[in-house]
Order: sequence, then C-alpha cells, then structure tokens
Amino acid sequence: MAQRRWQEKAIQLTLVAMATTSLLVVVLIFLFLGKEAIPFLKDPGIARLLDRQWMPVSFQQEHFGLLPLLTGSLVVTLTATLITVPFSVLGAIYIAEIARPLEREFLKPFIELLASIPSVVLGFFGLVVLAPLVKALFGLPSGLNGLTGGLLLALMAIPTVISISEDAITSVPRHLKQASLALGASELQTILRVTVPAALPGIIAAVMLGMGRIVGETMVVMMVTGNAALVTLNPFQSVRTMTATIAAEMGEVSFGSIHYSALFCVGVVLMLVTFVLNLGAQRVLKRYGMMT
Amino acid sequence: MICLRPRTIIMLVAITALAALPGCSRPDKTDATSKAKQTLTIKGSDTMVHLMSTWAESFGATSPTQVSVTGGGSGTGIAALLNGTTDICAASRQIEDKETALAKQKNITPNEITVALDGIAVVVHPDNPITELSLEQIGAIYTGAIGNWKEVGGPDQPILLLSRESSSGTYVFFQEKVLNKKDYSQQARLMPGTSAVVQAVTADRGAIGYVGLGYAKEAGNKVKTIAVRSAAGQPAVMPSPATVKDASYPVARALYLYTNGAPQGKVKEFVDFCLGSAGQKIVADTGYVQVH
Repeated sequence: MAQRRWQEKAIQLTLVAMATTSLLVVVLIFLFLGKEAIPFLKDPGIARLLDRQWMPVSFQQEHFGLLPLLTGSLVVTLTATLITVPFSVLGAIYIAEIARPLEREFLKPFIELLASIPSVVLGFFGLVVLAPLVKALFGLPSGLNGLTGGLLLALMAIPTVISISEDAITSVPRHLKQASLALGASELQTILRVTVPAALPGIIAAVMLGMGRIVGETMVVMMVTGNAALVTLNPFQSVRTMTATIAAEMGEVSFGSIHYSALFCVGVVLMLVTFVLNLGAQRVLKRYGMMT
Repeated sequence: MICLRPRTIIMLVAITALAALPGCSRPDKTDATSKAKQTLTIKGSDTMVHLMSTWAESFGATSPTQVSVTGGGSGTGIAALLNGTTDICAASRQIEDKETALAKQKNITPNEITVALDGIAVVVHPDNPITELSLEQIGAIYTGAIGNWKEVGGPDQPILLLSRESSSGTYVFFQEKVLNKKDYSQQARLMPGTSAVVQAVTADRGAIGYVGLGYAKEAGNKVKTIAVRSAAGQPAVMPSPATVKDASYPVARALYLYTNGAPQGKVKEFVDFCLGSAGQKIVADTGYVQVH
C-alpha cells in the first residue's frame, strides 16, 4: 500500500512537471527577449523605436522605427483574416451540417493536407505563380505586395480555422437544432439563426487562433511581400512584416550591436501581439463556454 | 501491483542497456574516424557558398581531409573565425576595423587571401529598351531620385526597385559603390535571395535588380544585363570576366578567405588548391572571375 502511494505521488509529480514546463518556457523566453532588448531602451532610447523608418544598415544614420513593421504585419494580417473568415466559416458550416458523411471523409483530409504544405514551398508558389497573377489582375506595377502575402497566409490559416470552427459547430447541442426544426424553421434558417450563433464563440476563437498563426508566419511573407519598410495600410503596397525583418536580419547582425537589440525589441512586440491574440481567443472560449 | 513488478524490472533493465549501448561504442568510433579522416570547416558568405562547396567537393576527392561548408553571411563567418569555431572564413567583404580590434582582443590574427573576383551585374526585364546606364544614374534610381524609366531615356514606366536584403554583403557593397553610401529608397523591395531577385525581374517590365555576374549568366535570356558607365563621359562597359579583371567594369569586388595567421597544414593545402589551376578553373566554372 505504501509503495502504491509512493507511485501515485511520483506519477503526479511527473505530470505537474510536464504541465508546468511549457509555462516555464514561455516565462523564460519572455525574460530572454527582454534581457536582449533592454540595452536598446537604455542606450539609443525608446524614442528611436518611434521613428517612421526602418533602415538598419546605412552609412548615414540608422533608423529603427517599429511603425512600418507594425503596419506591415497589420496589413498582411487583416488581408489574410478578411479572406480566411468567409472561406473557413462557410466551409466549416458545409462540412459540419450539410455535407454527407462520404463528402466529409473526402474533404477533411484534403483541407488538413493544405496545412501540411511547407511554407517555403507556398512562398515559392506565391513568388512564381501568385504574384504575377495579382499584378495582372489589379494592374499593379508589381505583385510583390501585402495582398499577395495575405492571400498565401489565408491559405495557411484556413485549415486551422476550418477544423476548429467545425468542431464548434458540431458540438452545438442537438436539442437546440431539433427544437428549431420542430418549431417549423427550415434547415437553412436553423443553420443561420440557431446553430451558427450558438457556435459563434468557438468560431471567433478559431479565427483568433488563425490570426495568431498569420502574425507569426515568416517564410511566406518574406518571399512575396517585397519587404520594403513603408508606413502604409494599402495592401497593394509592398510591406515588411516584423517576422520577415527578424528572419532576414538576425543572421547577419553583429552580436550585441544596437541593431541586434533593436531586433529583439521587434521580437518582444511580436510576442506581445500573438500573446494577446491567444489570450483573447481563450477568454472568448471560456466566457461562452460557461454560458452554454 | 505486485504482479506488474517483474515486468517493470525487465523494462528498466532494457532501458538501461539501451542507454548504455551508444555510450560503450562511442569511444571506439571516434578513434577510428579521427585516424581515417581530418575535417576542415569553412563558414561565411552566402554569395560564396556555391563556390566554396564546389571547391570542397573536388578538394575532398583528392585529399583525405573532409571539408564542410556553411553559409550564414560574411559577418557570421568572421564572428566564427574570431570565436575559433571555424578554420576558414569566406567573406565577400573585407574585415572591418571593429572586427580587427575584436580579433586583437581574442588573440587572433586574421589573414586575408583574395581567391576570386566577382562582378555585380545590373539587370532589367528583357523587354526594357535601356541598354546602358551610368553609375550615377543607377545610384539615383536606387536612392529614389529617379522614379521613371523615361528620365533615363526609356519608356514612360515607373521603375520597380529590387534589392537584396540588408543583411547581404552585396547590399552593402552596392550601397557603398553605386549609391555612394546614400540610403536605399524606402520603396526598394528587399528580396530574400539572388534567385528571388531574378524571378522578380522576369515578372515585372519596369524592374531593375542587381545580381552576381555568374547568376546573371545563368539566368540567360530571362533578364537583360545592362552596360555600366563609370562616369558620364566614359564608355559603357558590359560585365564580363575580362572587364572585371582589368577593372574597367566599375561594379566589381574581390572575394576573400580569412584564416587565423598564415595558413598551415590542411588549411594551407586547401588554400593552395583554391589558388592553383584546378581551383581557379572552378572559379570560372561557377561564374566568378579568376584572380590570376
């Protein structure tokens, strides 16, 4: 008996350790990012981050303004979200409510397959196929812009958002739908007025998680957005995102320089943004989770 | 519980045995490999990776020394040399004063060897009627002072600026040599690699880009290389091995290997191979220009 209790305890301890590891990792990453970013706030000062230009390599004067990078990430994320939402929500409704089992068996693996395409491959596809298409379609001087990036990121986010939204729609209690149908509502009315509103928190959370993925994606945007650090909200302009900036510049930056710590400042901002998005998604899920 | 115990013991024994296995065999293995093969590491310029690995391959065919080549950029390579984590550093720029000072602190004497020359070709879309530009004009285009092809005698079409990422040695070299140390226009699209620059030039009629001579040759008819005038009254010179070697083509640079002190032993063998006739033939084959 004593031995059994000892075993129980060991198992419990192991589980606690496993569960807290990820928390610990998050805290450590935040501390590490902060530690590397703080020298910048001390020496050139935080005012340099409020510049309107990001020009880290210059013979004249380096600029480390975060604004163009923030607007860059914003443009790409918003474009991608605007494209993702209708596709995934309508797709999820179809798969969860309307599709026959056979169709579902066929559609789901293919949607999940989309999630498994490596981002470099998608990026190359974007550069060679999508960018010239976007350019021709909108009559732009170049297809390397925020819209092309947004389109590709939407492709990456759609599988995630569809899967989670579909779960949310499927888990709407049967009695709600049955009551609606019994009251004489048609199938379509039931879906639009009962099922989807009931699943809405789940769908919102799915979209926010998708946005988290979009904000953090690097390779695709680096290849197709043109990476010009412009302060713009126009998706037809070239943009430079925070992730692409870090990925492109971290390899070559000299260790401990101002540029180095500026990149960590970008990292802190990026992490805060994804953190807030994830936190928001969880809160939405939790609040409505209690209500139903 | 008790009946499970023998099994647990067997499992534990098995796991311990498995864990011990590689531990036992490791010493014999390293002994064997270190006797049979010596290794040489080269780290540095992404521009030179192709050249370095071709060298490494044919050097490895005749010598027992195994050469491993990694990119990461000239800055990364020099840092690795200073930290003693690489035998040879490949660099597409000369070592900076800051780095020399750091080397002195670390008791390392960087030794510079010029192994090849590289011309940077300015390329435009094949349909662009422009065939030559002066250094000054290219500089004005890249700083954003000239924004339309008609200002340099071309069609009325906005210029799409394509550049390498700011972490690239070529970016800095081009900025210093052609832009006269001025900043790049903020509209310039920063592409993550040479192939991306070529791809983007092919896609846009108004595009201008710069790539290594070897890449321009490889791209063939997909892009058009233009002749460059070093000053307004001077003749326009097409980049070629001959014009790079006699320094009449203005946008050219040397490629270096850095070693710690004068090369000795296997490092010397490799450097001698690179500078020898077989090594220099590889230089020409990979699109660079021979030093001798």
